[in-house]
Amino acid sequence: MKNIDSRGHVRGESIYLDDIPELRGTLHGVAFDSTCAHGIIKNIDYSKAEKLAGVIKIITSKDIPGQNQIGGIFPDEELLAENEIHFWGQPILLIIAESQKIAFKARKLISITVDELPVIVDAREAKAQNKLVMPPRTFKLGEPKNKWKDCEFIFEGIANSNGQEHLYIETQGAYAVPMENDSIRLYSSTQGPTAVQRITAQVLGIPMHKIEVDVTRLGGGFGGKEDQATTWAVMAALGATLLNRPVKVSLHRMDDMRMTGKRHPYSSDYKIGLSKDLKILAYEATFYQNAGAAADLSPAIMERTLFHATNSYFVPNVEVTAYSCKTNLPPNTAFRGFGGPQGMYVIEAAIAHAAHELKISPREIQEKNLLQNGNEFPYGQIADQVEIGNTWKDAKSKFELEKLEKEVAIFNKENKHFKKGISLMPISFGISFTKTVMNHARALVHIYQDGSIGVSTGAVEMGQGVNTKMVQVAASVFSVNANKIKLETTNTTRVANTSPSAASATADLNGKALEIACNALVKRLIETASKHLGIAISDVKIQDEFVYNKNIKTEWDWKKLIETAFLDRVCLSENGHYATPIIHYNKEIEKGHPFAYHVYGTAITVVTVDCIRGRYEIDALKIVHDFGKSMNTIIDRGQVEGAAVQGIGWMTMEEIIYNAKGKLISNALSTYKIPDIYSVPKELLIEQLETQGHELAILKSKAVGEPPLMYGIGAYFAIQNAVKAFNPNYKLKFDAPFTPEKVLMGLYEKE
Amino acid sequence: MINFILNDKLISTDSPQGMTLLDFVRYEKNLTGTKIGCREGDCGACTVLIGELTDGKMEYLSVTSCITPLGNVNGKHVVSIEGLNMSELTPVQQAMVDEAGTQCGFCTVGFVVSFSGLCLSNKAISYEDVISGIDGNICRCTGYKSIERAGERIYNNLKNKDLTNPVKWLVEQHFIPEYFASIPERIKKLEVSTKITEGKIIVGGGTDLYVQKHDEMEEAEINFVSNNKELKGIHIDGKFCTIGAAATVTELLESEELKKVFPNLRKHLKLISSTQIRNIGTIGGNFVNASPIGDLTVFFIALNSSVVLKNKANNERTILLKDLYKGYKNLDKNADEYISRLQFTITDSSTYFNFEKVSKRTHLDIASVNTGISIKIEENKITEINLSAGGVGPIPLYLKNTCVFLKGKTLEMKTITSAMEIIQTEIAPISDARGTEEYKRLLLRQLFFAHFLELFPATFKEEVIV
Repeated sequence: MKNIDSRGHVRGESIYLDDIPELRGTLHGVAFDSTCAHGIIKNIDYSKAEKLAGVIKIITSKDIPGQNQIGGIFPDEELLAENEIHFWGQPILLIIAESQKIAFKARKLISITVDELPVIVDAREAKAQNKLVMPPRTFKLGEPKNKWKDCEFIFEGIANSNGQEHLYIETQGAYAVPMENDSIRLYSSTQGPTAVQRITAQVLGIPMHKIEVDVTRLGGGFGGKEDQATTWAVMAALGATLLNRPVKVSLHRMDDMRMTGKRHPYSSDYKIGLSKDLKILAYEATFYQNAGAAADLSPAIMERTLFHATNSYFVPNVEVTAYSCKTNLPPNTAFRGFGGPQGMYVIEAAIAHAAHELKISPREIQEKNLLQNGNEFPYGQIADQVEIGNTWKDAKSKFELEKLEKEVAIFNKENKHFKKGISLMPISFGISFTKTVMNHARALVHIYQDGSIGVSTGAVEMGQGVNTKMVQVAASVFSVNANKIKLETTNTTRVANTSPSAASATADLNGKALEIACNALVKRLIETASKHLGIAISDVKIQDEFVYNKNIKTEWDWKKLIETAFLDRVCLSENGHYATPIIHYNKEIEKGHPFAYHVYGTAITVVTVDCIRGRYEIDALKIVHDFGKSMNTIIDRGQVEGAAVQGIGWMTMEEIIYNAKGKLISNALSTYKIPDIYSVPKELLIEQLETQGHELAILKSKAVGEPPLMYGIGAYFAIQNAVKAFNPNYKLKFDAPFTPEKVLMGLYEKE
Repeated sequence: MINFILNDKLISTDSPQGMTLLDFVRYEKNLTGTKIGCREGDCGACTVLIGELTDGKMEYLSVTSCITPLGNVNGKHVVSIEGLNMSELTPVQQAMVDEAGTQCGFCTVGFVVSFSGLCLSNKAISYEDVISGIDGNICRCTGYKSIERAGERIYNNLKNKDLTNPVKWLVEQHFIPEYFASIPERIKKLEVSTKITEGKIIVGGGTDLYVQKHDEMEEAEINFVSNNKELKGIHIDGKFCTIGAAATVTELLESEELKKVFPNLRKHLKLISSTQIRNIGTIGGNFVNASPIGDLTVFFIALNSSVVLKNKANNERTILLKDLYKGYKNLDKNADEYISRLQFTITDSSTYFNFEKVSKRTHLDIASVNTGISIKIEENKITEINLSAGGVGPIPLYLKNTCVFLKGKTLEMKTITSAMEIIQTEIAPISDARGTEEYKRLLLRQLFFAHFLELFPATFKEEVIV
């Protein structure tokens, strides 16, 4: 089934935040933000701005009726800075004007004096000064301390990965409309409608039921709108409350890039120990996460780094520790993979390091240590239904790995100015919110008396195709045509207390809830049919919009069935609730069973480096991916392709640059480059691993949003191998992204 | 007052001509299919088509409406997605749906409009053209492979296109609505003031001036020159080539005459920005922008080009392009002067030309370093040479000392390695978002070598510098 939104998308008729027709009297809000990264506000003069024609109000922290507090996990982030500034781009005032243009003009008239304080932009420096968001956490299995003596080879080093700008093409935004009785309807481009509702209530000092959050769709999210859409929604709601007029906040791209957080940069130490036959006996790592100026989601992201520290490998002795370091960057936040990629990159670096020193291919080490059923993860979960070995084996055979390797070797022998590199990247990614309490969802289903069906869930559509999957679930349970089903907007008055659309789990959680609701309705409908047709309940079946009696089609079609049920006063609405079974986690001992299941896969990456110019091209990315039993191969394939390319971007050209004062230098699309059509792999093959799927996945179709991003990590190592092939003096470094600059410097590095 | 046709509707508006076409279409006409992604021409979400009547035929080009001033569409046909929609999907839209070339959908319209612009071309289209037609469109969801597959379908759909009357064929095949057929007649009837506007700021395509300051430009007094016939045109007269300052990069790229002179022109110019920007960006704009990294500037300095400056009294003076630059963003040009045209001598068959550029992303990116060379070889001796480099100083550089050194030398590796050292003495790169000083020095050395590798592979293909 094609994405149900496609038709609207290609015709430009799909409605995004800034496309909602504006109500009469709508005002526009623009944030005035800090132009230094750390300091104490001495004075703000907005008298000129206030006098500008068309400016309605300059809102300061003093105007906030409730708490000036938007922290999602810890209360450590002000909506509008009161006294101390913590990052460059931190909102201080909210300008409300008749048009956005006027508000921008007013912003230029505001002056501020700040007593500047020292700025920290580096995670290790923050750690040295003991500036931490929370105490460090450690996951441990076995006892590496005692194991080093048994290791034949031990390698230590540092691996850095930079941040990543989400670059959703639709910038952040919200539109707040005052309703009667001090209520607000809040349209928000958010992945977390409940978070928006909860924080808005807190800032306005009113109960949550006064705030209705409505989301039609997002023009991309990637985690950037999980927690950080809240700021702008709260601002719009604040303006609307104070002025009793509709207020829209829609960010200019450069404001968005400057004011919002990104993927966390990490700097990490690793130590890996191998036996003579290349078994990883021990692994230690310390992760320094650059959290930015407030906690945001950093604690949860740090946790997932630890969960994925050993990627797809079984290591019997592991000790990994993570520090969430407080710096003066904008608070870094969720980004597809959620800390997992940063952890996986480090163990891959450690393996590449070992292989380099041992003068073997990293794949020899990778292959010898792949997870198997019954292995214990460092966090205590026992691996089962493990597919990593199968994807690895398939990738090798289906894509003729040995032939590819030979081709690369021949090419490198024959070419002086171009070199190829090849790498393998296995992935294992745990599915579920690592915070167990978040793993629940609800769905509300109405069957209208004409037989048409309306479905509401807590899932937010942001391009991942979740709405299409929801239609498929309902259509399959009811056995009706998909055109009978309408997916409603995500709205907190219909589905309350939702978890954000995140962690790749949206379709699983909301789909399971929907399945439960639909099944309950089917049960009532079967009872109705049984009663009226005089057939035993066990013999009634609804199939292809007809009632069947023991596989014999009756006269009753769907319409007739619904009409009768309605006249029988049967409830044609149902609210389904689902909470993932099995999972649990104990933070005290850092052990448990946090994931419903894992997603596995293996990718082969081949690149060509132009050793004269330092440019490179990705020749091929060949993937064997564990989809389970994919319920929608078109959508799932799109997720793999898109995520992998995003991962490649993170590892290659996407370079976030802050200067020492904490100012973002890569602050626009002209200075921050994401992959374009020419920089993606020329060949991108995806093979579906044949499996039975997992019971806890919706229709046995495994979660697919985040895991494939980590295939992109292979690009780093493939490029590195090509650089090695050219320059025997190249000293191995793990400092992603591997920009053309780093490539060229590496190619001509001298001893 | 300007008059133009927007989709099927005649527009006469007093809105400020400096306003962006994007703001006009989206907020004044409520055509919300055209999206805002970056407001600096770098994402393509706001792509629309501009059609111009040339020799009785409409020529449509895709542009980024966020950096296109409204004043530049006077007398033209502007097409947004709403002007392409019919009750059934067009083959372009259908291909994007069938191949799942859309996920979140926010960039999708830009792709559909760019593809549709290609379909409207009066020339035969290759698959390569189809892909390069969307080189200015950024998508963050799909990874582009599904869009490539859609492009393949579109390419196949266009194979039987009737080039004698493309609009008729496209209407029959439901690529475009019927009203397109009436546009040429309606354009002819449009009353378009030919009066030259008298603003202080000269605007060509707007692709530089509008970047990151569209709000200021809306209120500026502008002199629109992109339709000024006097400033257009590419002429080759014997050994002399003259290019009007308002010639666009696309016009250079498609000039059959220039292609004969520069066989690799397409390869070189495709490294410059994107289709949408090349369609409106002018060479004069690139010169006066005075960016130390201006691609066309570096390209033409290597050809030892001159520019003709003209003032209000119509007095002209000619200076070498390399001498136009006195310091960072400081030009040898009086306030009342403007660049009228570019001139250079066409070289003979013993002179070779090459252009190199490296940026973080190979396409649609600003160079870290770029360089051009024209070099004449007689009996394996360098008898003439012009070498330029951008990104390695406050202005686009003519590497004079290196040229002096190279003249008269034998074409061999020893010469090249010695010249590399001289280059390092006449550049002064700084560290910025496009690279560190150290990198830019190394990169220019490499690109200098690349010139020779490209032009004289037989001599240099076995050479490696360390």
